[in-house]
Amino acid sequence: MVIQTNGLSFSFGNQQVVKSLSLQVPAGSIYGFLGPNGAGKTTTIKMLLNLLRTGEGSIHIFGQELEANRISILSQIGSLIEQPAIYHHLTGRENLMNRAMLLQVNENKVDEMLKLVQLTNAGGKKAGQYSLGMKQRLGIALALLNDPKLLILDEPTNGLDPNGIIEIRELMMKLVANGKTVFISSHLLAEIEKMATHVGIINNGELMFQGTIHDLQNISQPLIHIETDNTVDAANLLKRHNFTVTEIDQDQLFVPFNSKQQIGDINTLLIQNGFTVFGINKQRKDLERLFLDITTKSN
Amino acid sequence: MKGFLLSFQSEFYKSRKTLGFWGAIILPLLITGLAFVSVYSKSTDLAKLPPMGLWVQFSMISLGSMGSLLLPIYTIFVAYSVNSVEHKADTWKTLFSLPISRWAVYGAKYFYAFFLLFLCLALFALFNIAFGNLLSVVKPALKFNEYHMELQLIQVFYKLLLSALGILSIQFLLSLLWSDFLKPMGLGFVASVAGVILASNNWEYSYLFPYAHPMGALKSMLKQNQEPARSFEIDIYTKDVYVSLAVAVVVFIAGYFIVQKKSVK
Repeated sequence: MVIQTNGLSFSFGNQQVVKSLSLQVPAGSIYGFLGPNGAGKTTTIKMLLNLLRTGEGSIHIFGQELEANRISILSQIGSLIEQPAIYHHLTGRENLMNRAMLLQVNENKVDEMLKLVQLTNAGGKKAGQYSLGMKQRLGIALALLNDPKLLILDEPTNGLDPNGIIEIRELMMKLVANGKTVFISSHLLAEIEKMATHVGIINNGELMFQGTIHDLQNISQPLIHIETDNTVDAANLLKRHNFTVTEIDQDQLFVPFNSKQQIGDINTLLIQNGFTVFGINKQRKDLERLFLDITTKSN
Repeated sequence: MKGFLLSFQSEFYKSRKTLGFWGAIILPLLITGLAFVSVYSKSTDLAKLPPMGLWVQFSMISLGSMGSLLLPIYTIFVAYSVNSVEHKADTWKTLFSLPISRWAVYGAKYFYAFFLLFLCLALFALFNIAFGNLLSVVKPALKFNEYHMELQLIQVFYKLLLSALGILSIQFLLSLLWSDFLKPMGLGFVASVAGVILASNNWEYSYLFPYAHPMGALKSMLKQNQEPARSFEIDIYTKDVYVSLAVAVVVFIAGYFIVQKKSVK
């Protein structure tokens, strides 16, 4: 495991914001750390970077205890926490030069990073004049400068346009293909679903789910998605014939999926009773719906 | 030690384009330059003074302005400027997640502020000596070249530097804890005015109040047993300087633990 925490807790005064968190982040994974705003994601990340002192529990990174091996562990981590920390009075290139100086990284690496995040042309421009997306990309370049084994990114796609999000996603996948591990927090579930290999879901400071992305998808039962000309009457008809209707709105209704035969039966039943069926198909719950289910159940 | 040096170097790199850094050069150049113009324009009157009197007259323009309010205010500004770079960019979290010890990061920042103060006062001494000698070249009637008080000037500015260290430590900590400009600046300004009032009224315990030290340092600079007619000796290590140094060391160390405990938000 690259990151392993046991019973990790943290309180701000009387308010406990992280509760007995046990994370397991395997090497070479993209670990999506999901949760709504205020769930305790940033606090957890700050503990992983030794910025906040752990209340209770332990943190092991690369198999070493964090507090006792702080410097050797931090030298192998690149991080981006909340909005990128950039000196606005310096140019993008100077920001990277400053960090390269601190990390004793060769100057060539600065240009390499600028190229990687497509800021070569804007490298001489003051970072204060950068757009949010450019700042975010510069933040990622700063995090990657020392060629870290583990990259910890807190909401890196915040404020990015769709192109920017795709670029970041592709970059993460490229990094993992090169043997790195990425720990990425987000409240954008669809985004994580597209790149994560492992997922941890946190709500109110508690870890509610942890496993591979497939584990997560497997616990979500597929549904039959039905569109008809009158969903309310159709739902009543199905209920009378002992089908369970899980969700209904003006345009669609959902019934838990059992078999393909069941789809045919429902279709026949609706048509025989004079309904026009616009569409009927099997659907897997998307992560967003699943996430809502899990978090709602905990409340 | 390596982490400290790297952090110190980075502090210079970050600040080299800011007023915090250039202030250390502009302030002595401006004040000494004004003193030069002032003495030059009044050269007819001043030519009557003996060489030692000329030096005293000339250097007291810098010393008087620094010793009263300028040095405490400049110290407050320096302490603010090295910390505000991080507050503005929200980079504390980045600094403290670097593979460098926290002591090195904190210490380098403090010593960089100290370096700026040192640079400012060293340039004051240098410009006073240089401009004084220049005056005797451009106006031979002003006999600056007939008396030498380089050593005394260096000693007085060195004493001023030591006397400002208590303020530096206190203001450094305040600026580190508070991200806004007004709180540390306002508090420091009020304390500096109080310090000047206390020191100029010769309150017997003013040596215990760090913000009164720069003025106190000037008042206590002449050795009491000297006859001031021909030459004078500078008394550097007076009790206000010792108090300033003690406050500087204690607050610097305490500051580290306060910052540690506060964690990085």
